[in-house]
Amino acid sequence: MRSITLRNWQNHAATAMMLLGTVAVLVPLALVFFHILRMGFSSLSLDFFTNIPKPTGESGGGMANGLLGSAIMITLSACIGLPIGILGAVYLTEFGGGKLANTIRFSADVLAGVPSIITGMVAYTLLVVPMKGFSALAGAVALALIMIPIVLRTTEEQLKMVPGTLREASLALGVPLWRTSLQVMLKTATKGIVTGVLLAIARIAGETAPLLFTALGNQFWSRKLTEPMAALPLQIFSFAIAPYEDWHKLAWAGALVLVVVMFTLNIGARLMGRSARQS
Amino acid sequence: MNAKVTLEKMSVHFGANHAVKGVDLDFAANSVTAIIGPSGCGKSTLLRAINRMHDLVPSARVSGRIMLDSHDIYERSIDPVAIRRKIGMVFQKPNPFPAMSIYDNVIAGYKLNNGVQRSVADEIVESCLKRVALWDEVKDRLKTSAMDLSGGQQQRLCIARTIAVQPEVILMDEPCSALDPIATLKIEELIDELKERYTIIIVTHNMQQAARVSDATAFMYLGELVESGATRKIFTTPEKRQTEDYITGRFG
Repeated sequence: MRSITLRNWQNHAATAMMLLGTVAVLVPLALVFFHILRMGFSSLSLDFFTNIPKPTGESGGGMANGLLGSAIMITLSACIGLPIGILGAVYLTEFGGGKLANTIRFSADVLAGVPSIITGMVAYTLLVVPMKGFSALAGAVALALIMIPIVLRTTEEQLKMVPGTLREASLALGVPLWRTSLQVMLKTATKGIVTGVLLAIARIAGETAPLLFTALGNQFWSRKLTEPMAALPLQIFSFAIAPYEDWHKLAWAGALVLVVVMFTLNIGARLMGRSARQS
Repeated sequence: MNAKVTLEKMSVHFGANHAVKGVDLDFAANSVTAIIGPSGCGKSTLLRAINRMHDLVPSARVSGRIMLDSHDIYERSIDPVAIRRKIGMVFQKPNPFPAMSIYDNVIAGYKLNNGVQRSVADEIVESCLKRVALWDEVKDRLKTSAMDLSGGQQQRLCIARTIAVQPEVILMDEPCSALDPIATLKIEELIDELKERYTIIIVTHNMQQAARVSDATAFMYLGELVESGATRKIFTTPEKRQTEDYITGRFG
């Protein structure tokens, strides 16, 4: 038998390593967060939310067009991605059991692992080239391609957690299977699915690479889906690499807004997830 | 005797597993028939075949005939959804819909189909909850979640939900096994009242329960029907040795 001193020592060592691991995870997060907070807050003004970027050489301006553009493209990609992802998950859990279902599952996992710049290139080939121009639509499609596998897999996990006895109860009332799937199974899993959807939106809200050669970005107000559109992450990118001090400041402010949006979405998702587990 | 449901050489296979073996059995209208037998004897499998619940299991195959009012419910032209509307089911564990209120649970059979007028729905909810003796307990909180009810109340709610769609036959799969004795007693009293309108087939582990609630009893063992008949006769003068051994607690 090993001595109690040795065991105590091992215990302390293990605890210390876990503590070190926790710190190693938290420190970079805190550094990033506080740095962005410090740099961004000083540059944030009302102008940022109401104005478009000023021409080179003039000071001031904001990223209002980027905010609007991001909102438009995220909404559009959600309109494309959510129905496909959610209905696909219903198919997988309720109707699919064979080879096709496994193929879909595998494809979704691979799609989720594809680097987002590749997704952008796919959208470029599929939409930008035939339409002969960069467009918000292409950007939204690229974002939707990123969103679909995330929504599909999280929705599937949530649906699997709904007890099968509810399906039987509904069928025993003479409700057809498709209605049962949508109105009982999907409805019971709603809270968990909303959590997954919020996380997916948070994920695409910060995506820059797939927009680089799809939406392209725009210095001006842009509302047409067939034309290049500004997006917050794109503007942060192009402003941060520009040689002007002013623009750097705007980029910091943009980064702060983006981080706050993602933080809010993540916390919202956590809260939804918690109440879903309780009920 | 007027048979509502008739099984003719009815078998259920799951892949290579022969779970129910050629059962011939009549279920009389407006009476309670209990199916008893040790765990794994195929009694739940038999019950679930009667409202085509096995349709969802790809490996399951039902052969022989199951007649409802002398129409085969497994005939090709028959829609299983229509069959399930006539043959309702109450499950082992109370399973109200968690995302719905008490009110919506009772009316679920309509709401999930083609909907129903508000005034009609109100009437159905009240009368069904009264028939399961739940109305007085929940009438002030119809819009609250069904999950806040106790287990026994939830099971009575599930029965209300089943009778709301006006089935002809009600299948009960050990409806009291998750309930305490008082809740069990209430459900048993309810079963006794329900048989005036419905044909009830109940699977139970509890032999006292079978003796208390049923008019006829069928004893199953290893997928086969060993003996069936009037409950009094099965419990006092069974013909087969296996039946006697089981009801006297010598095995099972």
